[in-house]
Amino acid sequence: MSDTMAPDVDAPPEPNPSTSAAAPPPAVAVVVEPNAATAGKVLRMQTAKLNFWYGPKQALYDISLAIPEKSVTAFIGPSGCGKSTYLRCLNRMNDIIPDTRVEGEVLLDGRDIYGAGTDIVDLRRQVGMVFQKSNPFPKSIFDNVAYGPRINGMYSKAELPQRVEQALRRSALWDEVKDRLNTSAMGLSGGQQQRLCIARALAVEPEVLLMDEPCSALDPIATGKVEELIYELKRDYTIVIVTHNMQQAARVSESTAFFMLGRLVEHDKTEKIFTNPGQKITEDYITGRFG
Amino acid sequence: MRRRTRTRKALSNAVVVLCAAAVLLALVPLFFVFFYVVQQGFSSLNLDFFTKMPKPVGEAGGGMANAIVGTLVLIAIAGAIAIPVGIIAGVYLSEYGKKKFASLVRFTADILNGVPSIVIGIFAYGLAVLPVKHFSALAGGLALSFMMIPIITRTTEELLNLVPGTLREGSLALGATRSRAAFSVMVPAALPGIMTGILVALSRIAGETAPLLFTAFNNRFFSTRLDQPISSLTVQVYTYAISPYEDWHRQAWAGALVLVAVVFLFSVLARVVTRRLERMHRV
Repeated sequence: MSDTMAPDVDAPPEPNPSTSAAAPPPAVAVVVEPNAATAGKVLRMQTAKLNFWYGPKQALYDISLAIPEKSVTAFIGPSGCGKSTYLRCLNRMNDIIPDTRVEGEVLLDGRDIYGAGTDIVDLRRQVGMVFQKSNPFPKSIFDNVAYGPRINGMYSKAELPQRVEQALRRSALWDEVKDRLNTSAMGLSGGQQQRLCIARALAVEPEVLLMDEPCSALDPIATGKVEELIYELKRDYTIVIVTHNMQQAARVSESTAFFMLGRLVEHDKTEKIFTNPGQKITEDYITGRFG
Repeated sequence: MRRRTRTRKALSNAVVVLCAAAVLLALVPLFFVFFYVVQQGFSSLNLDFFTKMPKPVGEAGGGMANAIVGTLVLIAIAGAIAIPVGIIAGVYLSEYGKKKFASLVRFTADILNGVPSIVIGIFAYGLAVLPVKHFSALAGGLALSFMMIPIITRTTEELLNLVPGTLREGSLALGATRSRAAFSVMVPAALPGIMTGILVALSRIAGETAPLLFTAFNNRFFSTRLDQPISSLTVQVYTYAISPYEDWHRQAWAGALVLVAVVFLFSVLARVVTRRLERMHRV
């Protein structure tokens, strides 16, 4: 049962043959009440009453949130509000932190990823992640991008260069690195390294891309490039981005969720959040009255 | 005020002098040993020493070709056993080191590191000599590998701990399993340091005599067979040095010089390899 994460009906063709053999996809149950940001959209991921603990300390309280596909959802909120923790629940990256506990449901295309029978390797291939600090492997540029396809045994050796090129083109890095694919990735600039990490994540053809403050270590020019890239990518991918930069959230996202002290305060269309938020506390945060 | 400054300066100078004296004290014996070995050994060193077999007592000349090859064979066996075991154990400690069993392994490795080498020799004797009832190169290599394993294990663990955890996360986020992430990202990232650890361990065991006395034993003849006794520079030097013959003493000095040179070579190699690997990772 491990590899039966059923693809959505209109999802792009699955490269992994094991998933296409699955039974017809079950109708995706809507477990989160639709709001203005999600009504009428196909929901790629949903969480229902998600609680999370680091040891005895509870970090997330009853978070119910839906993430519509092929759009950008931004998470904002003060430091320590749980937005990164929540993001890392979506591909079970928190599993590697000892003494953590999760309660509630996280659904990817209607299936609970914390349920028995979830193949975590398969899950992380479908839900990719880009980290706050770029973390290229100390290998060549080519080997960095080829890493995911290689460990997942996705392509033949002959196909690999083409896939690497494709991923690098998608992350708008190809023209800058095409002549130095075999040099170390550590020699790239900070902005290039982050786009390389995005290319590396795209190379395994995820459906959802989680970005944890991807621009916090970048200068404005590199940030602009990454934002342009996010804008391009949302045509094919479902993107979730955590950011401390509210202008960034306003620029790149369709819907925005505001977190506070481990709780989801509100989730709405981005322009609504930034012009006429439903909660007083959201307005206070956005206008810089605290935080 | 000024007097206090003067006292402080005097104290500071005294500490500097003390440090310099300590350094000198540490270096003088090393320098003496090195100087003496070169002085005594160099005169007996010639091409024959490297290419000829030992001559019977009373006959002048001859060399230690068998012992030089024997030492290299023993080092190779020890490395072949200890390098994979040590690295894998180090990966285990670093990646899964929170568990009780891991702290037991860590503790054991530290103890093993401090066990007198003669004891390790006796252990290998019981393990690999007694059951087959004869000495062998394999038993000698095994004894030496027991000395290498804790060094390599602990170096590997410490260096893996220095690799940023974000690399592991990056690998896991791409769908790697825990062990895949360890061996395809973490170990390569720590490789320069691990190589240094390996070469340090190799040069440490190259100079060991005690573990070989009743494992590899010695061999007057040229042998590369792993199931037969094999000669080594250290045991040969020991045998010659305690003999009553003037000629053998000279040969022992030459053997000691070659041994020092081998260890020195390993140290230099450790430096060069580390630099090379580090450069590959950076630029």
